[in-house]
Amino acid sequence: MQWEVVIGLETHAQLQTNTKIFSGASTAFGAEPNTQACEVSIALPGVLPVLNKEAVNCAIKFGLAVNAEIAPRSVFARKNYFYPDLPKGYQISQYELPVVGKGEVTIQVPAVGKNSAYEKVIHITRAHLEEDAGKSVHGAVEGMSGIDLNRAGTPLLEIVTEPDMRSAAEAVAYAKKLHELVQWIGICDGNMQEGSFRCDVNVSVRPKGSDKLGTRREIKNLNSFKFMQQAIEFETRWQIETLEDGGTIQQATVLFNPDTGETRAMRSKEEANDYRYFPDPDLLPLEITEADKTRVKAEMPELPEAMKARFEAEYGLTAYDAATLTASRDLAAYFVATVQAGAEAKPAANWVMGTVSAKLNAEEKNIAESPVSAVQLASLLKRITDNTISNNAAKQVFEALWAGEGDVDAIIEAKGLKQVSDSGAIEAMIDEVLAANAAMVEEFKAGKEKAFNALVGQAMKASKGKANPAQVNEILKKKLTG
Amino acid sequence: MALTTEDIKKIAHLARIEVSDSDATSTLTKLMGILGLIEQMQAVDTTGIEPMSHSQDVVQRLREDEVCKPNLREAFQKIAPTLGNGSHEAAVDQGLYLVPKVIE
Amino acid sequence: MINSSLQTLSQMLADKQISSVELTQTFLDRIDALNPEINAYVALDKERSIAQAKAADARIAAGQAAPLTGIPIAQKDIFCAKGWPTTCGSKMLAHFVAPYDAHVISQFDAAGAVNLGKTNMDEFAMGSSNETSYFGGVKNPWDFTRVPGGSSGGSAAAVAARLCAAATGTDTGGSIRQPASLCGFTGLKPTYGVVSRYGMIAFASSLDQAGPMAKSAEDCALMMNVMAGFDERDSTSLNRKKEDYTRDLNKPLQGLKIGLPKEYFAEGLDINVGKVVMDAVAEYKKLGAEIVEISLPNNGLSIPVYYVLAPAEASSNLSRYDGVRYGYRTPEYTDLMDMYCKTRAEGFGAEVKRRILVGTYVLSAGYYDAYYLKAQKIRRLIAQDFVEAFKQCDVIMGPAAPSTAFKSGEKVDDPVAMYLEDLYTIAVNLAGLPGMSVPAGFSNGLPVGLQIIGNYFDEARMLNVAHQYQQATDWHLKMPEGLA
Repeated sequence: MQWEVVIGLETHAQLQTNTKIFSGASTAFGAEPNTQACEVSIALPGVLPVLNKEAVNCAIKFGLAVNAEIAPRSVFARKNYFYPDLPKGYQISQYELPVVGKGEVTIQVPAVGKNSAYEKVIHITRAHLEEDAGKSVHGAVEGMSGIDLNRAGTPLLEIVTEPDMRSAAEAVAYAKKLHELVQWIGICDGNMQEGSFRCDVNVSVRPKGSDKLGTRREIKNLNSFKFMQQAIEFETRWQIETLEDGGTIQQATVLFNPDTGETRAMRSKEEANDYRYFPDPDLLPLEITEADKTRVKAEMPELPEAMKARFEAEYGLTAYDAATLTASRDLAAYFVATVQAGAEAKPAANWVMGTVSAKLNAEEKNIAESPVSAVQLASLLKRITDNTISNNAAKQVFEALWAGEGDVDAIIEAKGLKQVSDSGAIEAMIDEVLAANAAMVEEFKAGKEKAFNALVGQAMKASKGKANPAQVNEILKKKLTG
Repeated sequence: MALTTEDIKKIAHLARIEVSDSDATSTLTKLMGILGLIEQMQAVDTTGIEPMSHSQDVVQRLREDEVCKPNLREAFQKIAPTLGNGSHEAAVDQGLYLVPKVIE
Repeated sequence: MINSSLQTLSQMLADKQISSVELTQTFLDRIDALNPEINAYVALDKERSIAQAKAADARIAAGQAAPLTGIPIAQKDIFCAKGWPTTCGSKMLAHFVAPYDAHVISQFDAAGAVNLGKTNMDEFAMGSSNETSYFGGVKNPWDFTRVPGGSSGGSAAAVAARLCAAATGTDTGGSIRQPASLCGFTGLKPTYGVVSRYGMIAFASSLDQAGPMAKSAEDCALMMNVMAGFDERDSTSLNRKKEDYTRDLNKPLQGLKIGLPKEYFAEGLDINVGKVVMDAVAEYKKLGAEIVEISLPNNGLSIPVYYVLAPAEASSNLSRYDGVRYGYRTPEYTDLMDMYCKTRAEGFGAEVKRRILVGTYVLSAGYYDAYYLKAQKIRRLIAQDFVEAFKQCDVIMGPAAPSTAFKSGEKVDDPVAMYLEDLYTIAVNLAGLPGMSVPAGFSNGLPVGLQIIGNYFDEARMLNVAHQYQQATDWHLKMPEGLA
C-alpha cells in the first residue's frame, strides 16, 4: 500500500519583550534562578495579571505578516493543570477566541534528488498569546527537582497550522520559513538553543488517496531543524510499519531522542487531560481596533512577500531568485546593499545565492557574519563588469577577500589577475597560436566546429587565463572566417 | 446526573485532593445536595443569551513594557514551605524551590 | 469613645483631646479583654500598631493629617499586609507572612490609619457563619451562642463589640452585608471594580469586592474615600474619577423612589425580619420616599448560578496552594503526586474542599456547557432584571438576610441550608451592583439589617439614603449590653 504522511505544527515563539506577559518582571535569559520571579511570577496569594502592550503588538505584527484575521475581541482563558513549574496551577492562554485567526504562509520546498523545488501555501489555523511555564532543574539535590520560575510568565505566541504538510521536507521548510518570519518582523529572537522557538509536530499516516485523518502522535519540543527532520522520518516509518504489521496507533505525546534518532511515548501516565478551560475572570476581553493595526503596521519592516515582488519588478529577478533572496531579512539586506553599492542586480543575486551562500554554509556562518561585506562584493562585481577580471579570477579574488587579504583592486594587482583586453596584444597572441596549431586550423576549416573551442582554449592558455575570453572569441572568429 | 464515589475520586484527583473511601462517601452525599440545588438552572431557556463573564462592559487595559519588578528572591524564599519527610529546612536550595523529582 | 463616629474621633485627634497611641491602646485593651471569648482577631501585633499610631500622632502634630489619620482599623485577614500573618482563615496559610501589601492596605497606610490587627473569617471567605475558619468560630457579640455571619465574621464581631473604630470586609455573595445584618452595623459592598482586588486573596474573582464595615453610613463613606480608587495592578479596577462619598450625605430624600422586589418578601423570609424591614420602609415614607413594587423574576436562580460560578473560579484560584513555594506542605510524602494530594487534603478544610470539587466538576469535560456556560447566561438574565428594576426606582430595599443570627453549629453540616443565607445578597454580586446593610431594628433581641441596593456607581446616593435614615432613627447606635 502507498502511504501518505500528514503533518501539522504547533510552534511556541517566545516574544521579544522586556517584561513578562502579565507582570513587570524581566525576561532576560540566563539570570540566577528565581531572581526574575516577582510576586506575580511565583503566584503569591492575591496577585493579579495585567497584560503587556508589547506582547499584543507582537501578536498583531504576526497576524499582519501572515495575512490573518486579527480578532477585534479576543479572550484569555485559564488552562488548569498541576505541575511544579506552573505556579498558579493554571496557564493563562487563549482558547475559544484567539487573537490571530486564519492566515497563510508560502513555503519554498527545496529540490531533493529528482524532485525539483516547489512552492506551497501552508494554512495557519490560529495564533494565540499565552504565558510560558518555569523550568525544572534536575540533580541539584538527590531525589528532588529544583524549580526556577524566571521563565514563568514569559510571553509566547503559539502558532498552529492546519495539517497541510505531506513530508518531513515540507514541515522543515515551513518551520524554517516561520523561524525566519518571526525574526524578520522582530517579534522573536529565534534562538532555538535557549528555547525561544520550539516546535511540536503532529504526525499521522493514512493510505494515499484517503481523505480521513489517521490517529496522530505529537512529537514535543523539537529544538533543531535537523532533529525535526529525523524525528518526523522516524515517526512516519514507525507508524507505517506498525499499521502494516496489523497494529493500531494510539494518540500519544512522544519525545525524540537525538542520540538514538528514535521517538518514544512519554513515560508519565498519559492520564486523560482535562484542562477545564474557562475565561480568566482576572482579565478583560482584549480589543484590537483598526487604528491599532494601522499603528503597528507603520512600525513594521517591508514583509518578505512584498519584498519578493519588488525584487522581481525592480531588479528583473526570477520568482525563485527573489524568493531565495528574501528567505531571510539579513540576506535580503545584503543583496540590496550590494546593488546599492553599484553592482548589477542579476550578477549580484547570482553571487549572493551562489558563491557567498556556499561559503557561508561551508563555514556555518550566517550572512551577518560574512567577512566579505556587501560593498566589497559590489567592488568585485564591478571589476567583472568593466572587464578588469574574468569570472574565474573573481572567484580567486573572493577567496582572498574572505581571508582578509585587502581590498579588491589590491588583490587583483597582487595576484596579477587583471585580464588582457588590449586587442592588439590579443591579436598578436592569437596569430602565434594559429601558427603553432596549423592542424587545428585545418580541421576547423574542414567543418569541425570543435576545433574552434580547442583553439580558444589554446589562446586562453597562452595568455595564462588573463585574456578577455569574449575578445579572444571574437578575434579568433574574425581571423578564421574573415 | 447520579454521581458515584468513583466519580468523586476522579474529580478529587483532578483537583489533587486525597480522599479516603469513607471521605468519598460522605462527600458524595453533600455534593449531591449541592448539585441538586444547581440543577434548577436546567429549567431555564437561555437560547440566544450572551454568557456574562464580567459585570462591566470594559476591555483589557495594557501595561507599558517596562521592567519594574526588583529581585525579591530572598524575601520570597523566606516563606517557602518546610521540606518535610523528616527535614525542617525550607524547601529551597541555591535559589531553587525543591519538589519531589519530576518525571517526564 | 469606643462608640464615637470616625468624624468625632478624627476631630478629637485633631484637637489633641486624645492621641492615636491612646486611642489604639484603648482598643487593644478591649481586644485583650474580649477577644479570647469572641475570637474576632486572628493576628495582633501591638508593637506595630502602636508604632503606626506614633507615626500618625507625628503626622497630626505636623498638620498633615488626613481624615483617617490615627484611626485604628481592623483588617480582614484576606488582605496581604507586609510583615503581617495573612492566613485567609486557612491551615494552608496558617504560617504565611505576606511579603507585600494589598492595595487596600496601602491605601489605609497612606491615609495614616492604624492597622489594629487581622480579623477572623471563613476559610478563603467560603461560608456564611465564620465556622469554616481554621482558627475557630467567632461569637456574635449580641448572643455568644450564635454566629456573627460570614465570611467577614471577625470584622463584623469587631465592629459590633467595638473592638475597632471600623473594619474592612470582602463580599463575594454577601460576606459584608449578611454579617452586618446579623451583628447590627452598617456594611457596604461597592460596585465591582471600584475597590482594587490587588493583594486581596481571591475566592471568586469576578464577584469579590472589598468594602467598609462600620458603625454608620457616614463612617462607611469616610472609609470608602480611602478604599476606593483606580489601581493599575488590577485589570478589573475601573479607571474613574476619584469621588467624595460623603458629598451627598445630607441631601433630603424627598421624592426618592424605593423599589421593593416582591421576590424578597416571599417564602423563605422570617416573618419578624420581614416586619422590621417593612417598618424601616415606613420610616422612609415619612422621610418623603415613594414606594414602588418591583420584580426581580430570576432572583431565585441566583443561588444555583452562584454555586456554579463561584466554586468554578475558586477551584482554579486555589490551585496555587500546592505546597511548592509558600504555605503548608504535608510533612510526609512519597512523590510529587502524593505531596500535592496530601498537602491539599490536609491544608484545606471541608467546605473549601467541597467547593473545589464542585468547581472542578462543573468545569470538567462534558459538563462545561450544561453548568458553567448555562450559569453565565442566567447571570446575564439576573443582571438584566436589575436594569429593568432601576427604570422604575432609585434604590431597591429588602432584607439583607432571611433570618437573624442562627445558633453556632446549626447549619454547619447542611451546606445547602447555609447557602440559602445568601438568598437576598448574591444577585447583587452577580450583577456587580453596590449593596449595603443598615441596622433597622431587632427581632427577639437580635439585630435585623435592611438591605439597600443601588445602581452602578451609586454608592454616594446609597450612603445618603442610609445616612438620612440614621439621622431619623437610632438603631445603628445600639450595642450589645454587657459589652459597653
